[in-house]
Amino acid sequence: MSKLRKKTATTGKRANARAKPAPPRAPAKPKPGAAKASAKRGAATTGDPLDQFIDAAAIALDLPVQPAWKPAVKANLAVTLRFATLYAAFPLPDDAEPAPVFVA
Amino acid sequence: MDTVWAHASEIAEAVAGGDISAVEVTEAALARIARRDPALNAFTAVIESRALARAEDLDNAHTEGRALGPLAGVPFAVKNLFDIAGLPTLAGSKINRDAPPARRDATLIERLEAAGAVLIGALNMGEYAYDFTGENIHDDPSRNPHDTDRMTGGSSGGSGAAAAGGLVPIALGSDTNGSIRVPASLCGLFGLKPTYGRLSRARTFPFVASLDHVGPLARSAKDLALAYDAMQGHDPDDPVCVDRLAEPVTPLLARGADGLRIAVAGGYFRKGAFAEARTALERVAAALGAKREIDIPEAERARAAAYVITTAEGASLHLDRLRRRARDFDPAVRDRLIAGAMVPAPLVVQAQKFRRWYREQVLELFKEVDAILAPATPCTAPRIGQQTFVLDGVELPVRANLGLYTQPISFIGLPVVAVPVPLEPLPIGVQIIAAPWREDVALRIAHALEREGVAAAPRPVEGGE
Repeated sequence: MSKLRKKTATTGKRANARAKPAPPRAPAKPKPGAAKASAKRGAATTGDPLDQFIDAAAIALDLPVQPAWKPAVKANLAVTLRFATLYAAFPLPDDAEPAPVFVA
Repeated sequence: MDTVWAHASEIAEAVAGGDISAVEVTEAALARIARRDPALNAFTAVIESRALARAEDLDNAHTEGRALGPLAGVPFAVKNLFDIAGLPTLAGSKINRDAPPARRDATLIERLEAAGAVLIGALNMGEYAYDFTGENIHDDPSRNPHDTDRMTGGSSGGSGAAAAGGLVPIALGSDTNGSIRVPASLCGLFGLKPTYGRLSRARTFPFVASLDHVGPLARSAKDLALAYDAMQGHDPDDPVCVDRLAEPVTPLLARGADGLRIAVAGGYFRKGAFAEARTALERVAAALGAKREIDIPEAERARAAAYVITTAEGASLHLDRLRRRARDFDPAVRDRLIAGAMVPAPLVVQAQKFRRWYREQVLELFKEVDAILAPATPCTAPRIGQQTFVLDGVELPVRANLGLYTQPISFIGLPVVAVPVPLEPLPIGVQIIAAPWREDVALRIAHALEREGVAAAPRPVEGGE
């Protein structure tokens, strides 16, 4: 955890939300063998963890994903998750507000 | 009067002056659509009887000496995600064809008609606006008037084809990540994406609530300003529409770019562009004397965050339809939405947090400059069906990357005018980006470029007609 994060977590001062964060860290690379280990921990199916995630999410969301659609769904999800690493690795203070602000 | 290529301002002046009737203008537009639309596939509905009745009302009002409004007799059409009373709002989909007809027009249609304009019909678009190409498997693609084998760009593809093809002088579109600016660029039009929250989205079919904008495309900056001024104003029917007095821009256009500090976006916006995009940008920058280069910080991350918010919010909107009628979607849209439904929630929230941080950094830039120039698209119109192109040596999907330069800007709701640079053989656009609520700055610059002949909507050559 960066110093900035520790500070905001402790004080919770709004002013810190405007502080310029430190340069982003590179996204964490998966450890060798992580996918294999994950697959072992997963459901009865084996193979790529992203395939397993899609199968599980489809059940959880009650989405009828046909086998023929899965390669394209997987490719799209992989691109989306790769994009997410670009900003998710960017350090923001704990009290950073999301852009949409609800007004009661 | 050459009604095919006349600007809206010229039509309104002629109708108000009694030189031509609104019915004559409307009949000319309907005849033009009947002749040219089979090649362009811009329209999905033409509301002939309603348009003629509306035009007759205007002519009667003129006879009685009543004022007709600043858009008197100007034909216009709307992307088919705008509600038109009596029609189902397709939003480019097959599924929505089963929806009941809309009971009331979208607010922006009401406002344009209150200013004297005449609604002609509904326009083709990419399914549920999740598109940059203008292709549609249900209605077939809209086609670029400059080369009908090429894309219009999307998702407001029919809007681009209709205005650039001389079917109507003004078309409305929507822009979540670039869907006005991309077709404006590929079709050679002026396009305005206003500040987020400026124009009402009431009674339009949504896509991504936190990123959706609506706005006009036209063949001149003045026509954009006239339409924009007619549509401004608070609307309680759209919770995002800000309660802010209208700030008319048309009277300010003549000021041009004098005194404005204009810079060119560097870094991210210098990468990936084809030669034609660089040429267009250089021409615009030279005409404006814009020598300073400015870095929009973290634009690549901004684009990524916009991408994730889009797919997740879009999936949320369509989740039930994905469960019940997945086979009725365009497969390319369906598979992206299914993937979007599976994006872990923390990544979406993080994207919205990053959005606020990014906004603050970019707003700082506007203390030093009034406008920033950037390419609108990386290339001129690709061929219909083209799947990939090569940017900086990397082969990438066309569909996702035509909005490479527009996404980081709409992500924080900045107003932008895309201006057309009439290169040969195909036009291409440049974005003029201003600070929030400063549409006047972007439109003044667009008008100045048009006066100097640097920006212009080129008239298509129509072979075989």
